[in-house]
Amino acid sequence: MSDKTRTGTRTGRLSVLAAAWVVARRDFTAILFSRSFFFFLLGPLFPVIVGALAGSVGARVQASAEQPGLGVAMSAADVDALSAARARLVPALGDAIPNLIVLEKLAPGQTFDARAALAGKKGIAAVLTGTLAEPVLTGPDGLIGNWRGPVSMLAVQARSGHVIAYPEIALQPVATSSAGERRGRLTTAQSAQMMLFLLTMMLAGMVLSNLVEEKGNKIIEVLAAAIPMDSVFFGKLFAMLGVSLVGIGTWAAAGSLVFLLGGSHLPHLAEPAVGWPMLIGLGVVYFAMAYLLLGSVFLSIGSMATTVREVQTLSMPVTMLQLMVFFFASFAMTQPGSMVETAALIFPFSSPFAMLARGAQDPAILPHVLAIGWQALWVVVLVRIGARLFRSRVMKSGPARAGKRTKARRAAEAV
Amino acid sequence: MASNEGGQADGRPLAIDAHGLVKRFDGFTAVDGVDLQVPVGAVYGILGPNGAGKTTTLRMLLGIIDPDEGTRRILGAERPHDVAHAIGYLPEERGLYPAMKATEAIAFLGSLRGLPLKEGRKRAHELLERHGLGYAADRQIRQLSKGMAQQVQILGTLVHRPRLVIFDEPFSGLDALNQGKLEKMMRGLAEEGTTVIFSTHVIAHAERLCDDVAIIAGGKVPFAGPVDVARDRIRPQVRLETRAEDGPWRAALPADLRREGAFWNFSLPEAGVEPLLRALIEGDAGILSLSIERAGLHDAFVAIAGEAAARALEESPEQEQAR
Repeated sequence: MSDKTRTGTRTGRLSVLAAAWVVARRDFTAILFSRSFFFFLLGPLFPVIVGALAGSVGARVQASAEQPGLGVAMSAADVDALSAARARLVPALGDAIPNLIVLEKLAPGQTFDARAALAGKKGIAAVLTGTLAEPVLTGPDGLIGNWRGPVSMLAVQARSGHVIAYPEIALQPVATSSAGERRGRLTTAQSAQMMLFLLTMMLAGMVLSNLVEEKGNKIIEVLAAAIPMDSVFFGKLFAMLGVSLVGIGTWAAAGSLVFLLGGSHLPHLAEPAVGWPMLIGLGVVYFAMAYLLLGSVFLSIGSMATTVREVQTLSMPVTMLQLMVFFFASFAMTQPGSMVETAALIFPFSSPFAMLARGAQDPAILPHVLAIGWQALWVVVLVRIGARLFRSRVMKSGPARAGKRTKARRAAEAV
Repeated sequence: MASNEGGQADGRPLAIDAHGLVKRFDGFTAVDGVDLQVPVGAVYGILGPNGAGKTTTLRMLLGIIDPDEGTRRILGAERPHDVAHAIGYLPEERGLYPAMKATEAIAFLGSLRGLPLKEGRKRAHELLERHGLGYAADRQIRQLSKGMAQQVQILGTLVHRPRLVIFDEPFSGLDALNQGKLEKMMRGLAEEGTTVIFSTHVIAHAERLCDDVAIIAGGKVPFAGPVDVARDRIRPQVRLETRAEDGPWRAALPADLRREGAFWNFSLPEAGVEPLLRALIEGDAGILSLSIERAGLHDAFVAIAGEAAARALEESPEQEQAR
């Protein structure tokens, strides 16, 4: 149906998608060119800066702290032999060999109170006494257990007196071994899931504040009168998804730069089963799905709340549930082929997380096509439920809640 | 203008044809069986006290909410959103994006109704110029006064040149000058063949503008029809001054007789003015002055809405107290 206006321009009924596009276009441009988006882009920088500062301070604290050493109280010959042996072993074993602190070179027949030395002298974690043939290690249980092997090796080296030439090992790194492949992919899957979860949680909340703002502006009734609420919800969801993708794109570009500059220091992840390009592609799609699913729930909440405080109260249970869904998907990933995994793949809210993890571990593509279709279906269902809730519960006017007020008044009067 | 509206009343095609609309919220019946027939091209007023159900009725007509019972046909369509491109709506609670410029706000409202943005911007400029707001075209809504922002929203309601315009309390928030401008604009729309519906609780606007009105009270419509018919529901008021204070002529005066200074005020008896005059002359009342005034819409509204409220209170006291 369309009308030709006096200037000849046709206005016609907008389809649900066309109407959603009108809303999405407005929201997308309004948010993208707002100051809040600039700060949103800087958002991830703050935890990175705080993390780096905390790490730096921690390193300084660690560096300034005394390194606990192994106190030695043995005969002069044994002490010298131990020191020489340590000097030979350190190049090969590094920090595994404890620092030696000479407490006393004992004369023949002289005894030494190791417990008293531990209590008195600072910087000593344990004390080595006895002889090279029968060394005695005194100290806290866990520590002396750890130092037992290295001290034994030191004693053997010291006793032999020979200079042992340790061969130079030629290293031949491979991407993965058959035994390590599954473990490596599991790590990749866990990392992908974690990334997906963090992004979803960080960005889905934006939908909430957007709709509350809309209600504050009182524009929502104008939208509801002109286009179906489904279109309003879809438009808002996709606008925020677009904004999120711009944000993620920016962060990814910044991250790539960091990777190029300091890539050798970043953790190496095993090649996923579907390959990196496909996993990244799936990651984007599953992020969109997870975002749309969670966003549609948040949108329904936002549409029914009137203040930011109400939004926070209403969204808290959803956030907690989402956290549980993430744990569920993480657990399911470690149980391939089980009922738990199947349930995580089917349950709409855990499906994107579980499927992304599957992409890291299983090369089959068809299940992803089915899962994406299934998740998209749920997005539509949830948006329609949200729109219906909005129409039935939100657009009340005048004394819509007067009945409740009357009850309250009656109760007050009764008192 | 070609019409594909559904239904007719007295041979006139209807822009709105609603029957038995009911809406309940949490057990509270906000609208209780409303019937509305609005002819194409009419200026139609929906009058009612606060909380009467006007806004809820309009929201049902627009498809913002669905009725629990009843049927509605808007411009011939059962689903209002199917003809949204031909409808303009100004809600009671005005709302625009504060960061948008006036031109963009108008164009955006048009785009929601299917008008391309480019054409919307062009028309927005024209409308702003025509209504003396050209200087505000590039100002953000947040930089405009409340009244100016409201005018911008009114222009946004009309930018796509709708066939049916619904205004919910359009005069609230406007100064007297702008109220006059809006009345003129509404008359202009009707002259162009646009159907104009507005709700108000200020009866003077309806009296000046409307051909037909519906009075909503207690969620019901106790009266719907031409303004003249509404006025005729109240008997003309007689104002009489006599030389004599008392006499047999007093028997001819009706029971609602009220003394105000030197004057007697009462409703014109059903028999008409001639028997009254005869009784006054024959009874030697000594008529000093006598005037008969037709009841205004305000009096009619107060009487009709008052009766309806009293009836509703009798039928369902809890519901009415809640209202």
